Amino acid sequence: MITVDGLSKRYGGTLAVDDVSFTAAAGRVTGFLGPNGAGKSTTMRIMVGLTRATSGTATIAGRKFADLPNPGREVGVLLDASAQHAGRTGREILTLAQRLMGLPRTRVEEMLTAVSLTPDEATRRVGEYSLGMRQRLGIATALIGDPDVLILDEPANGLDPAGIRWMRDLLRGYADRGGTVLLSSHLLHEIEVIADDIVMIGHGRIVSHGAKTELLHAAGTIVRAVDLARLEQALTDWGLTANATGDGALRTDADAALVGTVALESGVALTELRAAEGAGLEEMFLELTSTTQREGARA
Amino acid sequence: MTAVAAEGVRPHRAVVRPVPLSRIIAVELRKMFDTRSGFWLIASIAITAVLAAAGVILFAADDQLTYSTFATAIRFPVVIILPLVAILAVTSEWSQRTGLTTFTLIPHRGRIITAKAISSVVIAIAAMALTFAVGALGNLVGAAVTGAPLVWDVTITQCLYYVLGMVLSLLVGFMLGVLIRASIGAVVTYFVLTFLLPTIFSLLATGSHWFRGLQPWVDIQFAQSGLFVFDKSLTGEQWAQIGVTGVVWLVVPLLAGLRMVMRAEVK
Repeated sequence: MITVDGLSKRYGGTLAVDDVSFTAAAGRVTGFLGPNGAGKSTTMRIMVGLTRATSGTATIAGRKFADLPNPGREVGVLLDASAQHAGRTGREILTLAQRLMGLPRTRVEEMLTAVSLTPDEATRRVGEYSLGMRQRLGIATALIGDPDVLILDEPANGLDPAGIRWMRDLLRGYADRGGTVLLSSHLLHEIEVIADDIVMIGHGRIVSHGAKTELLHAAGTIVRAVDLARLEQALTDWGLTANATGDGALRTDADAALVGTVALESGVALTELRAAEGAGLEEMFLELTSTTQREGARA
Repeated sequence: MTAVAAEGVRPHRAVVRPVPLSRIIAVELRKMFDTRSGFWLIASIAITAVLAAAGVILFAADDQLTYSTFATAIRFPVVIILPLVAILAVTSEWSQRTGLTTFTLIPHRGRIITAKAISSVVIAIAAMALTFAVGALGNLVGAAVTGAPLVWDVTITQCLYYVLGMVLSLLVGFMLGVLIRASIGAVVTYFVLTFLLPTIFSLLATGSHWFRGLQPWVDIQFAQSGLFVFDKSLTGEQWAQIGVTGVVWLVVPLLAGLRMVMRAEVK
């Protein structure tokens, strides 16, 4: 289990990570979702001691990462698959990890097989690897010590659809055997496919946190009517907030039964009434992404 | 039901033991050889040593074909290459970004840096052994080819001086790696310190009287030159000069660099 408690990181005047707290439970895949630059990588680097937190703590099974006697045996870490010496072969990189952790030599070949790197690919230098191959090698390095906890930063980057499916099955099996998986992504779809729990971060703060099923269902109602303005007024009169979705519909947090009642009472004919599954999470995420994109365009 | 529940729990593993320093040193040594560039850098120590010995046999006057001539000639290429090995051992963690893995597998940077220092010194001592062996071989071959008498004019003490001098040069490289943490910057600074600065100091010393007396206390190369001459044993004053320049040019910047390494963010 990973516990992050009140973690903050300040760079000069900006708070890259702002009072972040969450737990990643054993037996579950926790998706750490947020647009690029939201503070995901910084949070993960703090967890493994590469960056010092300004305040707050991160522990793994109740212990600080630096207090683990042989971290590779307890926590598998992949922060950046490209951060490897381009002149080493894939097999050599695994061998270095195997030696440092004090594992039997056979583990290297086992891991190469597990991530489907062929013997020919394993003898090539990492400088010649595609990003997908580097990700597989990075996963192999993370798994070689047979750890209880995995911390993976954007592990699906560069993988093709078959690779993403492979990764999902691998992580699913790993969590089902009782392992803890924390993986980050800037793509909602990837997280939806792989994760059980979602921690969404934007501008260094956690904006949403919970089981994927809960978050997807707490999305409200989508409603369309012939006279949309009158319906919106009626909903507002009932003390409900309704927002135009931009494509001729209204979105409200009220459930469908209540919206139907309001429509009946105010005599507005509805053309569509349905639960907005997943839309809440997606809209929140799009909002986060669009603000960062605007900032990007300005800069 | 209990069987199903038990399946979800990972089997309890044996107690994980801490990683011993010896293992980190062994891995760091391996990392110096396991890339093409690293391998050829170290191989070039042996290659240039042989070339230097061959050069002495070809070009030195017969009466100069002594062991000390060989050892001195071989020193020049080795003293340039050896510190590069130490520099790259440190800086590649940042330049190649392997530190992301290294400092995560061993989350105590002091242990990694210690292991790198020890493995660099091990390489230096091995390189010195090789240098003495190539020098001895050169001396034997030279005497056999030219018919000049075989002269062994180096004592064990002088050999130890020589090794000490080499280790100190290597540590200057190591210090620059720790302080600068970027391959090109550290290498360029090393060449500035080793070739440009001594030239400036000697120009200063020729130009001004007051500096001439000061130079052995300021110029680390000048202070250490006695270690390499195979001439006579060092006086207490010369040792003091080696100590003073060593503290100023090696120990102080090394401590500053270590402080930064401990705090710096690894990205």
